[in-house]
Amino acid sequence: MWNKKLREIDLSQSLIFLFLFALLFLFILYPLIRILYVAFTEGSRFSLTHFINFFERALFKESFFNSLTAGLMAVFFGSLISLPLAFFTIKYDFKGRTLIQTLGVLPLVLPPYVGAVALQLILGRSGMLNLLLLEWFDTSFPFMEGLKGVVLVQTLHYFPFIFLNASASLANVDPSLEEAAENMGAHGFRLFRRVTLPLMMPGYIAGALLVFIKVIDDLATPLILNYTKMLAPQAYLRVTTIGIEDKAGYVICVIMVILSFISLWAAMKFLSLSEYAMIQRGGTGIPISKKIGGMKLVLVWVFSIFVLGISLIPHLGIFLLSFAKVWSFSVLPKAYTLNHYIEIFYRTPHFVKNTLLYCLLAACFGVLLGSLIAFLLIRGRIFGKAILDAVAMMPLAIPGVVLATGYLRVFHGTPLPWIHQPLTSLWMILVIAYTARRLPYTLRSCYAAIQQIHISLEEAALNLGANRRKTFFKITFPMMTGGLIAGGLLAFITSSVELSSTIMLVPRMEYGPLSYGIYIYMQSAVGRGPGAALGVVAILLVAVGTYLVNKVFGGGSGTAFKL
Amino acid sequence: MIQATEVKLIDLKKSFGEVEAVKGVTLTIEKGDFFTFLGPSGCGKTTILRMIAGFTRPDSGRILFDGQEVNEVPPWKRNVGMVFQNYALWPHLSVFENVAFGLKERNLPKSIIQEKTRKALAMVDLEGMERRRPSELSGGQQQRVALARTLVIEPRLLLLDEPLSNLDAKLRIQMRHELVRIQKNLKITTLYVTHDQEEALILSTRIAVMSRGKVLQIGTPKEIYENPKSQEVADFVGTSNFFLGKVIRVRGEWLDMETDEGFPLRVRKEEGMAPALGEKFILNIRPESIQLAYPHEATLEENRIEGRVKSSTYLGSSVQYEVEVEGGKKVKANVVNPRKKAIFEEGEKVILTFSSEDVVPIPLK
Repeated sequence: MWNKKLREIDLSQSLIFLFLFALLFLFILYPLIRILYVAFTEGSRFSLTHFINFFERALFKESFFNSLTAGLMAVFFGSLISLPLAFFTIKYDFKGRTLIQTLGVLPLVLPPYVGAVALQLILGRSGMLNLLLLEWFDTSFPFMEGLKGVVLVQTLHYFPFIFLNASASLANVDPSLEEAAENMGAHGFRLFRRVTLPLMMPGYIAGALLVFIKVIDDLATPLILNYTKMLAPQAYLRVTTIGIEDKAGYVICVIMVILSFISLWAAMKFLSLSEYAMIQRGGTGIPISKKIGGMKLVLVWVFSIFVLGISLIPHLGIFLLSFAKVWSFSVLPKAYTLNHYIEIFYRTPHFVKNTLLYCLLAACFGVLLGSLIAFLLIRGRIFGKAILDAVAMMPLAIPGVVLATGYLRVFHGTPLPWIHQPLTSLWMILVIAYTARRLPYTLRSCYAAIQQIHISLEEAALNLGANRRKTFFKITFPMMTGGLIAGGLLAFITSSVELSSTIMLVPRMEYGPLSYGIYIYMQSAVGRGPGAALGVVAILLVAVGTYLVNKVFGGGSGTAFKL
Repeated sequence: MIQATEVKLIDLKKSFGEVEAVKGVTLTIEKGDFFTFLGPSGCGKTTILRMIAGFTRPDSGRILFDGQEVNEVPPWKRNVGMVFQNYALWPHLSVFENVAFGLKERNLPKSIIQEKTRKALAMVDLEGMERRRPSELSGGQQQRVALARTLVIEPRLLLLDEPLSNLDAKLRIQMRHELVRIQKNLKITTLYVTHDQEEALILSTRIAVMSRGKVLQIGTPKEIYENPKSQEVADFVGTSNFFLGKVIRVRGEWLDMETDEGFPLRVRKEEGMAPALGEKFILNIRPESIQLAYPHEATLEENRIEGRVKSSTYLGSSVQYEVEVEGGKKVKANVVNPRKKAIFEEGEKVILTFSSEDVVPIPLK
């Protein structure tokens, strides 16, 4: 039997596999292992002392609970926004529902730390709303202070993940299942509670867990809002101020990884359940959505305008700020200028240039790696597919801070041959980090692209007389390019606003990309204008990219952002 | 106990955008009928069923249950039970919970729900499956759960939308018997939608043959098959041969006709027919009423047509022939029980014969 198995294994494929696995090991697994090693040892012996110390320190304990709280709150408020929106736009048919669907995804194009700045201008202590409140009612409300502000920003930025996943699973509920319930005497809210809700639950929960992972991962929002009592900022502060020898930083990293892994595992578990809602879908020809009018329609619009209005405030704020000459202690800017754009395009053009360069490279590497891995997974005759898949998908659950810390730990003290500099002193480290962090996305796109090419399509071409080379160029390649481009674009746009690993890994100021530029500018009052201008550039990049991705995917808005 | 209901549809119409799905259907379904809507896909039969269940609103016309209009009654208050084509079993609920769903909606006490659900599952031979999920059942078992779920609420009507189309051939035949047995036991008025003519003939007490949103003919299976009122009905229910014939002589009960191809045919006059000389009819001859013989062996004097065998298909219980007759027309003939009979080869010359009783004249409209 072993002989037979061995004969089925392809030697050249195995070599590619080894090469790929070595890469993934070096840039994903090994840094993680090193972090675990440091966190769990005391003088090269296994020890839990650092974890015990962690939970004995009030600041860490508070940070831990704050991160958990922020995650849960963002999920809770995000659900309050997303579930009604999803229900309305899927179940009801009315003019403008596509608009609501599109606007409901728009918050994703705004990096949360950019949104944080904008929200401070509008809801902050001396922001637009509080100035108005002071003027009219002689009172003010600290929307943006402390954990509240972080949760507010994260909710407004991440709720679309819940919205998209809940919408998708709701749309997948076979309408005849609901009709059967009506036929049995159920209707209205009872029908929703007994049939619709349980059926859409897995997709919703997957979206919720995704938000939780993102909140744990988010370093930049708390930093910008100057609220550091959370896990990610604590890890960042330990590593950057005390140094990479400090044990506490690693312990925090491990805790973040554990939280993310549990959530990701649960999300995948729930998603695999959600497939049951789709059995026997199609063929019934029953429309999913009902036409509505009257009072119901008014309520739908009032709700949608209210929540989407709030979630789009940051976009407006950042736009105004990028043109504002002076904007402090006033409701709207007092004067407008183009100087901020001149600054970022002429005085510090490297931010935008670097982003284009790094992200383009990361996208190319990602697609190359992704398609090779996907090909091996689908068509390969090799051992160890499952391991390859698992390692490649792992970055989904590795927070940026953790990956960056791992890179610093692994590469910092080791000069490369010939260059005589460690990898962490080169800008290439950012490209590597981006490629690794987005690999799950590119891999998934490539996987889908290759999987849809059923082997019989190629066999048909071979059967009709095309040779292998012609078959590849005429059938295989044209069929998979769409998916590959989409995967690359996705990697590009998400990398272009990536900040949590960027902050830690930028070797020198002039190597910094756009996201880093925004962060640096936002540190000072005079930098807010150019920072906002960079923010607008980031939004445009992501918006155009997202548009193109959806164009290529051909799906509805936000296909790309579903888990 | 289930109270059988009479259903009346009066000038029922429904359009989807530009498409007129149902174009004014009027009919009555008697109490306890097993009534089948038979027609090709897209003929509007499912739309009628969905209007009766209350899922689709008619554009105009009335739906009456026992004389009471139900047009404005929402689906959850109509108390009609529908079995969906894909069964529509709730995947998140167990078999027991699926069946008990409607009883729970009716706020019955727990003990009664338990008892009724068990009885319903027993009726469809599914005892012991209570805790399974629908996905753990075979197609046939899912079908039974759907039926039990529908019947347990004691609906006034049973609506079945192509319920057997997802089953394999053997199971389909078994479920047909089951359906007839249950329907007879409960005496429930049943509306059945199918495109399978064989199924319709076997199951129904009455059939409505539909095409393009209209009812072509309503009748018992025997009436529909043996006396189709139009070529379309004859063509859809079973296979048939059609000739266009002109009356040349009326002799008591018999009509002498001549087909367009010039064949003289003798036809039995239908009751109430008063044909004029020269009037044209479509002459409908079922393949199984045609005999084949070598020219020297043919005994019947009338209704003989000469032809040449184009193809023969051996089916075991019968042989299907296609015979080309003079003028190029191909006539289908079925010879049953071919065990001891000669099988005609392709190209052989044969005589087709059939009794005058088996030629059904359909007036040209």
